Amino acid sequence: MRAKGWRELIREDFWPPPFCPGCGHGILMGAIMRAIVQTGLDPSRVALVAGIGCAGWIPSYIACDTLHTPHGRAIPHAAGIALTRPDLRVIVIGGDGDLSSIGGNHLIHAARRDLPLTVLCANNAIYGMTGGQTSPTTPPGERTATAPRGVGERPFDLCALVAGAGAGFVARGTVVRPQALEGLLGKALGHPGFSFVEVLTPCPTQVGRRKGLSPVDHLRTLGERTVPLARWRTLPSEERAARIPVGILRGGDEEESWT
Amino acid sequence: MDERVLIQGNEAVARGAIHAGCRFFAGYPITPSSEIMHCMARTLPEVGGVFFQAEDEIAALAACVGASWAGFKSMTATSGPGFSLMQEEIGYAVMTETPVVIVDVGRAGPSTGQATKPAQGDYLQARFGSHGDYELVVLSAWSVEEAYRETVRAFNIAEELRCPVVLLLDEAVGHLREDAALVPLPVTERRKGPLGGRYFGPTPEGVAPMPPFGSGARLHVTGSTHDPTGRRMTQDPRVQGELVAWLSEKVLGRREELFRYEAWDVDDAELVLVSWGISARAARAAQLQLRQQGYPVGLFRPITLWPLAPAVLTEVLGNREVLVVEMNRGQLAHELSAMLGPERIRTLTVTDGRVISPGRVAEAALAALEGRG
Repeated sequence: MRAKGWRELIREDFWPPPFCPGCGHGILMGAIMRAIVQTGLDPSRVALVAGIGCAGWIPSYIACDTLHTPHGRAIPHAAGIALTRPDLRVIVIGGDGDLSSIGGNHLIHAARRDLPLTVLCANNAIYGMTGGQTSPTTPPGERTATAPRGVGERPFDLCALVAGAGAGFVARGTVVRPQALEGLLGKALGHPGFSFVEVLTPCPTQVGRRKGLSPVDHLRTLGERTVPLARWRTLPSEERAARIPVGILRGGDEEESWT
Repeated sequence: MDERVLIQGNEAVARGAIHAGCRFFAGYPITPSSEIMHCMARTLPEVGGVFFQAEDEIAALAACVGASWAGFKSMTATSGPGFSLMQEEIGYAVMTETPVVIVDVGRAGPSTGQATKPAQGDYLQARFGSHGDYELVVLSAWSVEEAYRETVRAFNIAEELRCPVVLLLDEAVGHLREDAALVPLPVTERRKGPLGGRYFGPTPEGVAPMPPFGSGARLHVTGSTHDPTGRRMTQDPRVQGELVAWLSEKVLGRREELFRYEAWDVDDAELVLVSWGISARAARAAQLQLRQQGYPVGLFRPITLWPLAPAVLTEVLGNREVLVVEMNRGQLAHELSAMLGPERIRTLTVTDGRVISPGRVAEAALAALEGRG
């Protein structure tokens, strides 16, 4: 079911968005607009807060009050809004570098404090805008502009990170399944305290091109690697390690576990 | 509120902030400014405000900027190390034209330095600490009562100009306890409308209105270069040039009215001491003593540290010899040298973590008088 009226959330005078062909950020942007409409939020009572990076551009094209802040700092700005204005629904949108590297300290403290924020992390596992450098979520072995011989560090599991810090609602979705993603965003927006949604999304320019993956194959690979949590639980352990569970990981109807 | 009280400089800042309508404070613990945070934590919930202890000073000032856009007058307080962390966000507040007050209670640096000892080493950082070209307003105080008054004025200027205002204290004024009259002062309210679609300068009307989030304006506030509607304009040289000029000129264009100072015995002085904050108290004691002994010495005390008003400086300081007395390596002196010419500027600088003594000022003044011929 598609929400009606979401097109009114397009900030037309700023259109079109600058995303590369094959980028998932446009899909996420649409999902955010539809989730806002679907949950019945008054768009003029929604505050969107972003940092720097490609994902930080998403709110600029949505017609809500928008604060586009310095790199990594979206969450503390959002805290200032959410703490003073409980009448506003505050949504933070950023990438993996923005939210979990330079802004990592703010992320865990917002989860610990249970601030009334919905944080959406568009995780493409790379610094896209600046030229394909390693991010805290780049998988080991991947070659990047700053790891030409392959990444030798372990990545963050962002959902486990914020859950460990106390987040009450944690979910993971992908831009490959936009309707499921809309559902997760809607549930996150309905959660009264801190909610976090990791959105797996491809970067065709800085990852796909380097790996020789076409945008379509990139999406297909992402789709194949991710499985709904309930099914993931039934997999043999060696297969679990190769797959990424998606869905509501904490804060759903039943006690959830994915590790 | 109209009372004489015996309180600390840091507490007076908190009292001034509450009087000025500050309803959001975010901070991170640091000596010697923490009492401001303690007072705000106690008081804000009683007046409908919000207190937030942030995870670091970056987050503290960021939260203040967020709260300011939510419609709340906001303040943070810190000292040198925290002030360094805040420089990124000061630039953001400048670029987004966000009213916010930052109190820096100076301590001896650089780095961790001597956390409990006073210094005035952050003057140039207050003006230039963030990247790019910009101007903001820097105020100071030499007494507990003035800390109260200048805090109120900092909020008023922040609202009028929509820019960050820095109040520079030092450990000595921050921890000084003395008699102060906390009298009601005029308060400038946020100009929240009309919702005309142009919320950033330059506009022909001057400083644009600042509707809060949630008022239906569908604001787009960005630290990227933007036009008056808030639209990102990151390739247009004209927009970049006009915006940078606007952000500076809206401050410099008001320098005559922003510049507040006190002067004693300057008309017939052959030597004028120039000093600010706690140093000016030592300079005043020395100047009084020297006058009593018949020496032609005056004192000029800028309260507004930036912008300075060149016309006032020229008028007051004339062609007199100038001795700048400050607890740094000559930071205000550096600016005065640029404005008045270096040949007339002498300095007495102390950077040992102690307040300058009147005796040292008198000694330096006498040496300057002897050497003037």
